[in-house]
Amino acid sequence: MITLTIDGKTVRTESGTTVLNAARGAAIEIPTLCHHESLPPYGSCRICLVEVTQRGRTRLVSSCTLPVAEGMEVNTKSEKVMRIRRMLAELFLARCPDSKVIRELAAQFNVTKSRFRKPVGEPSSIVGEEGCILCGMCVRLCDDVLKIGALSFEGRGGGRRVTTPFGEPSDVCMTCGACSSICPTGAIEHHRIWEHVPQRIPFEFEEGLTHRKPIYIPFAQAVPRVPVIDKHTCMHFKTNGCKVCEDNCEAKAIRHAQEDEMVELDVGAIVVATGFQLFDARQLVRYGYGRFDNVLSALEFERISHASGPTGGKVLKKDGTPPQSVAILHCIGSRDENYQKYCSRVCCMYSLKFAHLIREKTHADVYNFYIDMRAFGKGYEEFYKRLLAEGVYFIRGKAAEVTDAAESPEEKGKLIVIGEDTLLGLTRRIPVDMVILSTGIKPAQGAEELARLLSLSCTQGQFYLEKHPKLAPVDTASDGIFLAGACQGPKDIPDAVAQGAAAAAGALALIDGGKVVLEPITSEIDEKLCAGCKICIASCPYVAIEFDEEKKISRVIEELCKGCGTCVAACPSGAARQRNFEDVQIYAEIEGILHPETEPVLRE
Amino acid sequence: MAKPKVAFYWCASCGGCEETVVDLAEDILKVVEAVDIALWPVALDFKLKDVETWQPGEVAVAFINGAVRLSEQHEWVRLLREKCPLVIAFGSCAHLGGIPGLANDTTREEILANKYHRSLTVDNPNRVEPRTACTVNGYELELPLFWKDVKPLDAVIDVDYYLPGCPPPTALVAQAVDAILKGALPPKGSVLAPEKSLCESCPLNETKPETLAIKEFKRVATSTPEPDRCYLAQGYVCMGPATRSGCGERCIHGNMPCRGCFGPTPGALDMGTKMLGALGTLGEADSDGTAMALAGTLADPIGTLYRFSLPASLLKRRCIEKEEAL
Amino acid sequence: MEEASFEPKIVGFLCRWCSYTGADLAGTSRVQYPSNVVAVRVMCSGRVDPTFVVKAFADGADGVLIAGCHPGDCHYLEGNYKAMRRVPMLKNLLSQFGIEPARLRLEWVSASEGEQFAALVKEFTEQVRALGPLRWEERVAALSESA
Repeated sequence: MITLTIDGKTVRTESGTTVLNAARGAAIEIPTLCHHESLPPYGSCRICLVEVTQRGRTRLVSSCTLPVAEGMEVNTKSEKVMRIRRMLAELFLARCPDSKVIRELAAQFNVTKSRFRKPVGEPSSIVGEEGCILCGMCVRLCDDVLKIGALSFEGRGGGRRVTTPFGEPSDVCMTCGACSSICPTGAIEHHRIWEHVPQRIPFEFEEGLTHRKPIYIPFAQAVPRVPVIDKHTCMHFKTNGCKVCEDNCEAKAIRHAQEDEMVELDVGAIVVATGFQLFDARQLVRYGYGRFDNVLSALEFERISHASGPTGGKVLKKDGTPPQSVAILHCIGSRDENYQKYCSRVCCMYSLKFAHLIREKTHADVYNFYIDMRAFGKGYEEFYKRLLAEGVYFIRGKAAEVTDAAESPEEKGKLIVIGEDTLLGLTRRIPVDMVILSTGIKPAQGAEELARLLSLSCTQGQFYLEKHPKLAPVDTASDGIFLAGACQGPKDIPDAVAQGAAAAAGALALIDGGKVVLEPITSEIDEKLCAGCKICIASCPYVAIEFDEEKKISRVIEELCKGCGTCVAACPSGAARQRNFEDVQIYAEIEGILHPETEPVLRE
Repeated sequence: MAKPKVAFYWCASCGGCEETVVDLAEDILKVVEAVDIALWPVALDFKLKDVETWQPGEVAVAFINGAVRLSEQHEWVRLLREKCPLVIAFGSCAHLGGIPGLANDTTREEILANKYHRSLTVDNPNRVEPRTACTVNGYELELPLFWKDVKPLDAVIDVDYYLPGCPPPTALVAQAVDAILKGALPPKGSVLAPEKSLCESCPLNETKPETLAIKEFKRVATSTPEPDRCYLAQGYVCMGPATRSGCGERCIHGNMPCRGCFGPTPGALDMGTKMLGALGTLGEADSDGTAMALAGTLADPIGTLYRFSLPASLLKRRCIEKEEAL
Repeated sequence: MEEASFEPKIVGFLCRWCSYTGADLAGTSRVQYPSNVVAVRVMCSGRVDPTFVVKAFADGADGVLIAGCHPGDCHYLEGNYKAMRRVPMLKNLLSQFGIEPARLRLEWVSASEGEQFAALVKEFTEQVRALGPLRWEERVAALSESA
């Protein structure tokens, strides 16, 4: 440890620390422009100059480059220091008169005007109005940290500037944007470095309404609530450089070297809760989703109306103003012969919730276009009645189209929802500011692969099939595999919670029992007859038949056999048999049906 | 001690079974040493009346090959049954009907029409057809009756044992003869071959994967199978899984998928439909259209699945049961 | 041809999960259908060994119905696909034997399709009735008379 004095204050710090960091550790502020944790000290801006007295000698040194030494006396605010900082501020101001950062810095030293002229010289093609102070952070970051090297200094004296080679659009730039984010004056317009307009990364949780960085917390209530790194956009995985986040993390919790791991677990029960995905409203071109700014999917509106969402819970149109009128179109993709024939069950109720929130937050007129109002749960019908009283409009009929082709002055600049009002027997045209599509529920992406993996059956919509619709709604045909939530079919939160609890209980009951009960209809293979042709193995959907390499015959693993008997029909030599569904039993049944008068003969 | 006497007789057969006896090579000398051959029409001239003179039991064993389709064959085998305590159906034709049994796929009328009228090499302007009785130069001649269908041996007489195969391999024959001489025979009605199917001993079974997905059934007539990979895995209909073993995998060594001459295993009620159940399992089709297309590639189902056993099939066997009263 | 009063005998192999339950539903829903189809319950349409079908015809059935879960809905994942592949082959074989393929029918009936099951039985019974009696035993016996 080293002891020094900063502004009369005794500071103890590790050897090797810079004076700047030692001062900051002691809550003594020193202004900087070119200092950054991820870059080695460079001392180019000079604004961090301090007066240092050591062994009776006093000098002015940039604090970011000066390591601490025992007995050092530092003065960060001496008259001399301040005078030089004022001079520097004047010089910066002369160079970048339009930079907010520089003007604010100068103001700290009571400098509002510069006595110097703006240096003459061709401006850099990549620097905007803000002006460059030639600190070189962008060049060092791009070169040393990100290992790209798209930028460099060029010229001398007044002509010195930061630019791409030959001032041409760079073909090595990867549009990561690090240069413009580190630039102290915000001068770099990185879209000029490369011809491309860089794509911002849409934030998945916010339905792309906001953007995120390559390192981000997936959503506010994520468990565990820790940031993740998106390998596809993180620069480290492209150039092997950067790791700026690692430098900044005090807990040293970031490990880029961490690899995806396949973890194999032996389990006795599986609860499948893979959820659902929303119907993609782009498929229904007539509703204009993706074409009109203010046609939103249900989940987009859910984010907009949410207090932690991109608008902080304010219901706003794309242009930032609140809507005067909103239409909610029910059954988008659901109850539709061309898409999903089934009812998605949750849309009526969330649509009512939206209507209620819009009325509450904006007092806009709300029009619901619905086929039937399915308020089936506890308190749901009452909520519907309440909305009727709140003055929400309900138009019975599925909306046909959303257009911006106005036919009258009041439709001008609005979205017009066209649909039949089947109660009035009229075609209606309702001009609104915002349209919400109540998109239906589809089985999750990859549901089919998982079904194959776990040997689950599916109903025709690819939702997983429960063992019995009434008596075993949580079990599946495979013992030990349980279903919870929307993977089994569209359901709302209370239903999903109930099913989840039931699935957990089912799994626990199995674990607790320690025993598995089998139906006495499993297959067996007669060792004396089996020649090991393996055809039964190919026939078994449960992988319940294995090949005994020693005896060269097939063997039924009874615990896995579900008793379908497919292998028995497949066995060409008659070695496979199904208990209680033996061939001879079925032959006797056939004989009994066709010759009821004769006693059936049971052969062995 | 007098050597036991044996009889060899042939019915509707190609003569290949007789060849097996010859194929015993020098071992035939041992046979001759052990037994006296009392009847062997393929080698020596015997008449029916010679057999009629036998005392019952004088000739111990009758090996009868070939299926039965002529009234004359019927007469002979009934006589042999009367005289011999042990009758062995020798070869696929006597056992299950064999290749001649495929004639049961059509009618006697069709066969005669093809043979005597339609064939391009036949000149028969008077439309002559075989008759059981006719007069030639004042002599009354009698010809055997050509039955409506082909029957395996046990459809017309009681059979003690079956020696399967087309033809039965010499090793099995030698084993059977040995067992007879030693009096170490299994229960009556047994097939003198192993109970397991051919995959048990097939050298290619090792190469058969546990999962198969046959997109179309191939035929050896139109393409050549790879010699060192399970034929079924290559998409050829190999009857091995549904056929008794014991043949010595002769076809497999000759790069020919098993054709089923040893007949069904004891666990199978019907050889063809059992194999069909297996083929349906291994086929790859997931719609009615693809399933039909797959089925379309299985050419001549009867000829493929019942090549040696049509008269003994579940659907055709009814005729056999009817004949038991004969 | 055969008298109008001919009542075909049809053996139905119904899978336990879908079609047998569907037949049950037809019963509990009081949907009337002809009694010509007599059910043999199997666990899965994949259990239906082609030998069963041939055995039924050989024993005097005029028609055979196999019913299983709809493709993709099989309780045992894909047993019904096995049936789907076997039946066309079996039909080809039957037709070579001289049995009209229309006497064998494979259909998908789910547990909720009681009415469809009843309609299927009605239609198939009429179809087999139109084909007339098979009388396989007599046919074969006629063929195999030695003289």
